[in-house]
Amino acid sequence: MTKLDSKIPEGVLKDKWTNYKAHQDLVNPANKRKIEIIVVGTGLAGASAAASLGELGFKVKNFCYQDSPRRAHSIAAQGGINAAKNYPNDGDSVYRLFYDTVKGGDYRAREANVYRLAEVSNAIIDQGVAQGIPFARDYGGLLDNRSFGGALVSRTFYARGQTGQQLLLGAYGALNRQIAKGSVEMYPRTEMMDIVVIDGRARGIVTRNLVTGEIESHFGHAVVLATGGYGNVFFLSTNAMGSNGSAAWKAYKKGAYFANPCFVQIHPTCIPVHGEFQSKLTLMSESLRNDGRIWVPAKLEDAEAIRARKKRPEDIPEEDRDYYLERRYPAFGNLVPRDVASRAAKERCDAGYGVETGQAVYLDFKHAIERLGKDVIEARYGNLFQMYEKITDQNPYETPMMIYPAIHYTMGGTWVDYELQTTVPGLFSIGEANFSDHGANRLGASALMQGLADGYFVLPYTIQNYLADQHQVKPFSTDMPEFKETEKKVKEQIANLMEIGAKGKRSVDSIHKELGHIMWDHVGMERNANSLKEGIEMIKKLRKEFWQEVRIPGKTDTINVELEKAIRLADFLELGELMARDALHRDESCGGHFRAEHQTEEGEALRHDDKFMYVAAWEYKGKDAEPELHKEDLKYEGIEVKTRNYK
Amino acid sequence: MSTKTINLTLKVWRQNGPQNKGQFETYQVSNVSTDSSFLEMMDVLNEQLINEGKEPVAFDHDCREGICGMCSMYINGRAHGPDRLIPTCQLHMRKFKDGETITVEPWRANGFPVIKDLMVDRSAFDKILQAGGFISVNTGGVPDANAIPIPKEAADEAMDAAACIGCGACVATCKNSSAMLFVSAKVSQLALLPQGKVEAKRRALNMIAKMDELGFGNCSNTGACEIECPKGISLAHIARLNREFLTASFTA
Repeated sequence: MTKLDSKIPEGVLKDKWTNYKAHQDLVNPANKRKIEIIVVGTGLAGASAAASLGELGFKVKNFCYQDSPRRAHSIAAQGGINAAKNYPNDGDSVYRLFYDTVKGGDYRAREANVYRLAEVSNAIIDQGVAQGIPFARDYGGLLDNRSFGGALVSRTFYARGQTGQQLLLGAYGALNRQIAKGSVEMYPRTEMMDIVVIDGRARGIVTRNLVTGEIESHFGHAVVLATGGYGNVFFLSTNAMGSNGSAAWKAYKKGAYFANPCFVQIHPTCIPVHGEFQSKLTLMSESLRNDGRIWVPAKLEDAEAIRARKKRPEDIPEEDRDYYLERRYPAFGNLVPRDVASRAAKERCDAGYGVETGQAVYLDFKHAIERLGKDVIEARYGNLFQMYEKITDQNPYETPMMIYPAIHYTMGGTWVDYELQTTVPGLFSIGEANFSDHGANRLGASALMQGLADGYFVLPYTIQNYLADQHQVKPFSTDMPEFKETEKKVKEQIANLMEIGAKGKRSVDSIHKELGHIMWDHVGMERNANSLKEGIEMIKKLRKEFWQEVRIPGKTDTINVELEKAIRLADFLELGELMARDALHRDESCGGHFRAEHQTEEGEALRHDDKFMYVAAWEYKGKDAEPELHKEDLKYEGIEVKTRNYK
Repeated sequence: MSTKTINLTLKVWRQNGPQNKGQFETYQVSNVSTDSSFLEMMDVLNEQLINEGKEPVAFDHDCREGICGMCSMYINGRAHGPDRLIPTCQLHMRKFKDGETITVEPWRANGFPVIKDLMVDRSAFDKILQAGGFISVNTGGVPDANAIPIPKEAADEAMDAAACIGCGACVATCKNSSAMLFVSAKVSQLALLPQGKVEAKRRALNMIAKMDELGFGNCSNTGACEIECPKGISLAHIARLNREFLTASFTA
């Protein structure tokens, strides 16, 4: 078994990043313009990396499947971004942010990466303000903070309920400036189809122009994947419709290990499912848990009456309401981490106390409105309340919101070392696409922090350590056999799909929905060995059906949305199996990975640190071969490993 | 939620490519849940077309939660359809009646050529922002975030402008196909903040010049854009843009 080298720098935890930067190799300014870098994705990580690398003088090519880089799904993040500024004077520090993140991740994250993340967090806020991001402010003109789950301090900066949008538009502005200067070349409506590896190093990508269908090759001295997570394997999730795992999956097949694929975050506050034609789930920001109180009826007969439309939530008197998070976790109450809140909702609904369809709980603002007034609540959450009303036709100022957990974020992803480099030299992975910082559960408002930390302040340094000797390498011609061979394979896959698709009977979506059901039922919020084994067999069977029965109308030399979806689904049908395998091998519960066999008497996740305190990194071994497991042992020097306790 | 289902007749614009002539096609869709979004109804239509061996309708969409700005349908003569303060993805079928005929078209504007069916090319918006829709700071080396106090009112107003999702409804709904509301939102956001004031003149001049160059029309203050804007961006920003532009022109 190969040993994974995480390249964690020597020295005490707090000095590692400083030492790394002091001793790493850099590329001199004159040589930077000789070096070409490919960045795939334009979300927070991709846009910030492409802009920053362009500013430094590298020649950057940036790709996205959307019609504009501004559409990337980071834009949908609502609540906020964490930083250790300690502006509210409530005891925050870099160490505390690090501590909360490692603890929130249930001790399955790499300590050195998390510490670095906390260290650079403050610079992100400074950068955002300099870019003109209109963060919320107090009357004195200084920045305001709110609190989020899993923390005892208020460290979250926000721009109404549109923090992701504002941060992304900030990065997009920086990117636009570089595009105008010619240092970044932008390729919208272009999807990465494969990575080209030459002599063991990533040297470029093959893309499909989504408008013309043209297959093209692009050279890069290094390739950076900033392609987000794979939550859409579940079909229904809070991801955008086009969000996909294909870039990470192609990287896996080219030798980049895939780490902790089973670590998926289920967000507790989403609008419940309404019917079988539902295409996505809408998140209601976690920030709502600052003022909203979560409850279900305490009596079964009340829950039944509500489901039968014989009672309304307003009819249930205070003493007959079960504020189950406040009851179970008095210290953190409604602000427990996401995995804990999600499971608690499922537990109540499974026990028969769910409302509406039975798969929903209440998030009630009555007390907050009484305490603070409607105006204050409107100022804080107005746009979220408006969105809720548009979707459900109910007014949350008057009646409680209904929420239920939904797939939201994937902590797992491409394995990277401290430099964010994958196991393929020259191939880097940043943001949600990598596995790095969140362990088995991500805290709220930390995804924006990680994406921008990687893109603005980590990758622009660490990639230079790799590129330092690359200015002597002349750009390769894309006529080289490795490029042509990869193009040929891509074209063959497309031709194969179109041939099946001409005769097939099942639409891409119908197969994707079936995969989603398998994943939710067998690899979802609660898993056990039997359900996972069954799930694996079902996925295999569905995959076979896909390759015989999928229907794809249209042509390849024009916009063909069904073809795009089919290519992505083909990868999800393989990725889903690896997720189930990983979940089966991890015979413990931790964070968002809850194995029914491993729980405390009170129903909390029961870790087995003696056996599983490692990152599971899977190596692709060929089409029908079993993937090989590699382990990166996790060592904690700056934090005492404990059982998470939010009581 | 009081769910019911409705049957609809759809007249949908079909166009093979930018060079082709397009035409309306008529389709029937039945049993549409009133809790579905408009795009979920389009999914039902497409599933039906695929099962009949036909090509589905191409349309842009992505986040389906009202923030990415990618969806762009002109429904019954209105950008994003018959509801206020939402893009198409947040329009719900409860806004329509059983038996109704719904007309669905792409954005129509010189600046936004049709790519296929209901998809249009909005890269002109990116180009306008590339001309100056940013503050020229590099990564790193910036002052502490609390170094410059900014009055809450200014920050809030900047946020109102910054809420623009770049969908193009303002252009699609304007009889002159003017992009003034879009341009003014960015100019106004940055002009309201001390960080953005430094290059405010340059920004206004360059963005307006680019907008004119790309074939967008003039603003004649009819206010249709404000009404159809899914984020409620106010016409007041156009007034601020005009002030910025005039001052810049006189002092440049």
